[in-house]
Amino acid sequence: MGRILLLVELKGGNDGLNTLVPYADPRYRELRAGIGVPRERVVQLDEKVGLHEKLAPLTDSWKAGDLAIVQGVGYPYPNRSHFRSIEIWDTASAASQTLSEGWIAQAFRGARLAKGIGVDCIVADTNALPSTGPSLRTIVMQDAENFLRQANAIATASATTAGGNPALLHLLAVRQEINAAAAGLRDRLRDAPAPAEAYPQELLLGQQLDLATRVLSARVPVVAIKVALGGFDTHANQQPTHERLLASLASNLAVLRRNLMAADLWKDVVVMTYSEFGRRAKQNASGGTDHGTSAPQFVMGGSVKGGLHGAYPSLSDLQDGDLRHTVDFRNVFATLARDCWGQSYDFGLRQPQRLDFLAQ
Amino acid sequence: MSTRLGRRGFVGGAAALSAGLSTGLWSVAPARAATAMGFDDARHLLSRTSFGGTRAEIHALEALDYTAAVDRLLANPRREAMTHAPDWIGMGPAELQQRQKAAEAQRKQGVDGKKLEVMLPVREQGRELRNWWVEEMIATDQPLVERMTLFWHGHFTSSLAKVHYPSSLFRQNALFRREALGNYASLLRAVARDPAMLIYLDGRGSVARQPNENFARELLELFTLGEGQYSEADIKAAARAFTGWSIDRESGQFVEHPGRHDDGQKTFLGKSGRFGGDEILTILLAQPRTAEMIVEKLWREFVSLKPDSAEVTRLAVGFRQSGYEIRPLMRALFLSTAFRDPANRGALIKSPVDLIVGSVRVLGLPVPEKTGLVRMLQGLGQVPFDPPNVKGWAGGESWISTYTLLLRQQFLRRMIEATTVAPMDGGMRMADRPDRRADRREQLPAAETMQMMDSPRPVEGRSLRNAGNEVRLGPTLAGVDSAVLLRTLLPRQPVDGVDASGTAGAIVAASLLDTAYQLK
Repeated sequence: MGRILLLVELKGGNDGLNTLVPYADPRYRELRAGIGVPRERVVQLDEKVGLHEKLAPLTDSWKAGDLAIVQGVGYPYPNRSHFRSIEIWDTASAASQTLSEGWIAQAFRGARLAKGIGVDCIVADTNALPSTGPSLRTIVMQDAENFLRQANAIATASATTAGGNPALLHLLAVRQEINAAAAGLRDRLRDAPAPAEAYPQELLLGQQLDLATRVLSARVPVVAIKVALGGFDTHANQQPTHERLLASLASNLAVLRRNLMAADLWKDVVVMTYSEFGRRAKQNASGGTDHGTSAPQFVMGGSVKGGLHGAYPSLSDLQDGDLRHTVDFRNVFATLARDCWGQSYDFGLRQPQRLDFLAQ
Repeated sequence: MSTRLGRRGFVGGAAALSAGLSTGLWSVAPARAATAMGFDDARHLLSRTSFGGTRAEIHALEALDYTAAVDRLLANPRREAMTHAPDWIGMGPAELQQRQKAAEAQRKQGVDGKKLEVMLPVREQGRELRNWWVEEMIATDQPLVERMTLFWHGHFTSSLAKVHYPSSLFRQNALFRREALGNYASLLRAVARDPAMLIYLDGRGSVARQPNENFARELLELFTLGEGQYSEADIKAAARAFTGWSIDRESGQFVEHPGRHDDGQKTFLGKSGRFGGDEILTILLAQPRTAEMIVEKLWREFVSLKPDSAEVTRLAVGFRQSGYEIRPLMRALFLSTAFRDPANRGALIKSPVDLIVGSVRVLGLPVPEKTGLVRMLQGLGQVPFDPPNVKGWAGGESWISTYTLLLRQQFLRRMIEATTVAPMDGGMRMADRPDRRADRREQLPAAETMQMMDSPRPVEGRSLRNAGNEVRLGPTLAGVDSAVLLRTLLPRQPVDGVDASGTAGAIVAASLLDTAYQLK
């Protein structure tokens, strides 16, 4: 055991229907009369669904059997606020419940982690909520070299009493994290090889995956790394934006896969995409889509059991115009916690559903 | 030039203040005898209502009665910016689009398959707009008005990243300034018709046949009630009510299309009628939650990280009963026990704007070209006209992560050195990256956003101690006694220890790098 989870957050709510396209369903054509993906632009995966052609770079992984797609992931009583919904995902809460601890941190409650190095999670974008909590030490950084140089210059944390000032307490805690992480990372990252293949750099995602690859190659013993791609909130004139994002996502993930295979790390890493919600089944009048509910998730890695998992939500049985979820995302998290880290934690699910997208 | 303006602003303000007192022209004369508030209250009031106070500003305030000073602060709010507006603000969207297309075509032509360097008007206007506001924040004689303008911008967000029409954002900014200390109900009604907002939240394309819910949702969730106070059905009803509100393609101004409006019966928050947008706003303004949410947000901005719920309720009731007048609310907030509580001094984390604009002001740093400052703001996560998402800046503790804390220290070092080494004549020029990164440079993205993420680097071979010793203090700090210097720059005693026996320059340098400088 001991696989590293690489989270890829798709910010803004990715349109699942135009990502994994139910091309054979006539209802799809009705709901997406203007912005639907034509059949000839779908990479067919089976007789019902296929990938948007812009995701074609992922077909290597699909054919090799290390790309799993979990269909219809969502949660009951879906919330359509970006902020609330991503918080629900990041803290693995029920829709009616507010938690402050991230789901990865929850999974490691009470676990004994090797404390030899001062960091457990590295976040290369800005949202660190999934790993926020007392059980894990998370560092937010965009560039290892800058991080280390700057950390060098910061004063060693002094044991000042903040006198009950929460703002100062926070500042001192962050400073303490920087010092500890820098101490642990300095030697390892200095000698980390550059990725074999350079990432596309038009979007921050490529730079973030570059950092992730270096951290992995340096064998920094983290439990998770997080990157993000923004811009999925496509309320108007969706098509060009969404296609550009899908193309960028797929080409970056394809490079990541080749790099990790070259470094013999692919079997130790599990990549998972997620988004706060999918989008409304029926397109709107602005050539876009409004906030919706469930959507598919991609899970990739050398130990992943490829193929389609879960069931595609029905397009003729919508709830308030939205797809009914078929898999609760907390089951995906529970599967990852168990099969990546050996942590059994059910995230408060009353009837956990065992998913089988990862080899034991 | 601009900084000179800024300083004149401080001095002018102080002079006007004492003149008003001595000649009895004080408009809101306090009934009771004036008692001097003293240094700490004066410093605190300025740190929260201005972008931090210089020694002269604190001095001008400390002899005054506190209530009188608050009344003076709110007496005649500026309704227009001092800084000369960019000259393109009258350009309609059709013309801008035409120019943009022409520039893009010209760029594509290029030479030898290489793209030509052509200035794209949308991007250039965006750059000028951000610089313009940062200049205004530095130059203004009424920093509170700019703080409030920024507050409303963070509340009613619109972003250049989506609104590719900078003139509309300039006009939205003018609206926020005009109503900065005006009336929240008028502001809300104006925002619902604001062209930048109609673009940002897709209202302009929302029609009866297929209403777009984006504006309706954020109106309820972020602008008025807050999450959990309404149902999905309420959002759908509100979206229908606003259909037909759009903008004119030629002029870029608000226009109503009755033919695209859904005139049917709607049920919204338990009330039924053939509502239009204004009726929806009226219903929202009648909800106690709306006032409470604004007060809570202002509390976190001006008082402390943890709003006192009883106080919030008290202030919110007054706010709603006054018909949402902002000035009396701010007066009550500044006069509240919590605001003046010594435990709340230094209890807020400076925003990137506080840090960057405040440091430029307090150091008296001449920065004629603002692009470098905007780049710093981008790195720290607060670019004017570019909030990260529709919720605006989360603020508070979220300003400080392992990443931004390091970057803040880096920027401050750069500023300290700039006062010594390079007087920033060409703006905050960034040193080149060292050679060891040259091999990676080709991989670095050319996109504008990426360049902005680059952090400035300290001048090589110059230690901070040296820089500090050589700091040439501007008139804002020159000649100030060491102990006073420390109390001016820091809201509480230093966390890391500042050697008060050093040169004035060294004290300033050490204070800026002390953890306590991140607080206000």
